[in-house]
Amino acid sequence: MAVWLGFGVLAGATVAGALGTVTSRNVVHAALFLLVTLIAVAGLFLMLFAEFLALVQVLLYGGAIVLVLLFALMLTRIRGTAASLDNPQRPLAIVAALATVGLLLGVVLSTQWPVQQPGGGPVGFPQWGASLFRQWAIPFELASVVLLVALIGAVVISRPGGEE
Amino acid sequence: MSWVLDLALRTVAVLGFLVFTVLFLIWLERKVLGRIQMRMGPMRTAPFGVLQSVADALKLVLKEGLRPDGADRWVYHLGPVVAVLPALMVWVTIPLAGGLVVQDMRLGVFYIVAISGVSVVGMVMAGWSSNNKYALLGAARTAAQMISYELPLVLALLGVVMLAQSLSLGDIVEQQSPWPYLLLQPLSFALFLIAGLAELARNPFDIYHADTEIVGGPFVEYSGIRWAMFFMAEYVNLFAISALAALLFLGGWKGPLLPDVVWLLTKTYAFVLFIIWLRATLPRLRIDQLMALAWRYLVPLAFANILVIAFYLYYQMPGWTLSLASLAMAGIALVPLYRHWSGRAPARTRTADRGGLPKVESRA
Repeated sequence: MAVWLGFGVLAGATVAGALGTVTSRNVVHAALFLLVTLIAVAGLFLMLFAEFLALVQVLLYGGAIVLVLLFALMLTRIRGTAASLDNPQRPLAIVAALATVGLLLGVVLSTQWPVQQPGGGPVGFPQWGASLFRQWAIPFELASVVLLVALIGAVVISRPGGEE
Repeated sequence: MSWVLDLALRTVAVLGFLVFTVLFLIWLERKVLGRIQMRMGPMRTAPFGVLQSVADALKLVLKEGLRPDGADRWVYHLGPVVAVLPALMVWVTIPLAGGLVVQDMRLGVFYIVAISGVSVVGMVMAGWSSNNKYALLGAARTAAQMISYELPLVLALLGVVMLAQSLSLGDIVEQQSPWPYLLLQPLSFALFLIAGLAELARNPFDIYHADTEIVGGPFVEYSGIRWAMFFMAEYVNLFAISALAALLFLGGWKGPLLPDVVWLLTKTYAFVLFIIWLRATLPRLRIDQLMALAWRYLVPLAFANILVIAFYLYYQMPGWTLSLASLAMAGIALVPLYRHWSGRAPARTRTADRGGLPKVESRA
């Protein structure tokens, strides 16, 4: 019972935050709604006994990424951004959203509920680290290369006089 | 249901302890600062002014909470709450002695780092929503400072975690029984202390309060109980960082003769007094100096430190090699740092490129 109550509250907060993010006319409000969603998702991870993942979510998304977003937003003039909230990418956004819904629905419908836990019980922190850095080391490193490329790109773009 | 009752009792006890500690810390800071500056500090309220904080707290509770015209109502009111809640939540897993803790977590250190990061969002919310240019500047500085110092702080903690092979604060203290990590890891300790001071925004890193430049930073417009909440968050964090330093580097509650709690509180208050002493002694850094210190020195140093610890662990070398390597790295880092601060470094870049912030436009 308590589990369902917790899930309901967290799922509600996730959805409400997400709706707030896309409907808010004020970009800073949107960023704060996004924080609500991200923290609520961390709560959902916690309910699945993935406490490490939950903490990573809070540390990276809740702390760092929302903070960087807010920092960037504060450096721009808030009043001037209302007009640029929309752009002509709506059709594309609809396609992307529908594709995501389709994918999720496909997974949900093709899964046999309730799911059998493969390992039985929560995964310990050492096993987590071992599988991340042994079994999945190459995807992990690839992800960091992607981030590095993005970082260098940002530096190149933001350099004074760097653009052609 | 007995475990629920147990948990509730422990939580209430910790909250009570924290409220008492904050009142005491404020009195202590004013008193020590006063003495260092050849003043008496608070003297009027009870002998030696010991009830000064209580009187101030009462005053603040009764004061009117103003909201400036044009402030963003919801964000303005939620800011203090978002700032103070994580500061209190961190104390769930900080032990005051073996077993004297609300809940020792397997991922304790990581939990503390993750939760305390959210606190900053509250301060940024406060600064942005106040509709005040000083507050906005303070908020921008807060965000920049926190992004810079989160990383070296986490990496310094990672060094300790690697040595202890555990993220639980209880385990880490137990691991330090013959030698505290301060001796094994002087570099991690130095990194933790510097980054911790920046996290706390204490001198010489009190850049986002900077009373002489931007009045009071993100909290300029706040009054009454909401202002008190920010103050509470600051002092709870001060005590948390001091307690963490004692737990992670000074062997926590271990010590001869005296009871565990006394040892931990003694070590913690040693750090508290050190931080107050710094406040009375050091000038404030400029924001670009602060950023340069973090990104050019602390972050590379922290990575090098982790590499050295990994070698030490992998080849199972004797402890003194790690202490020596740690000291050597700190020494090597001091050379360019000294040249940087003393202005002898070659002017490689223009000042604008030295991590200085872009100009912030006021919303007026």
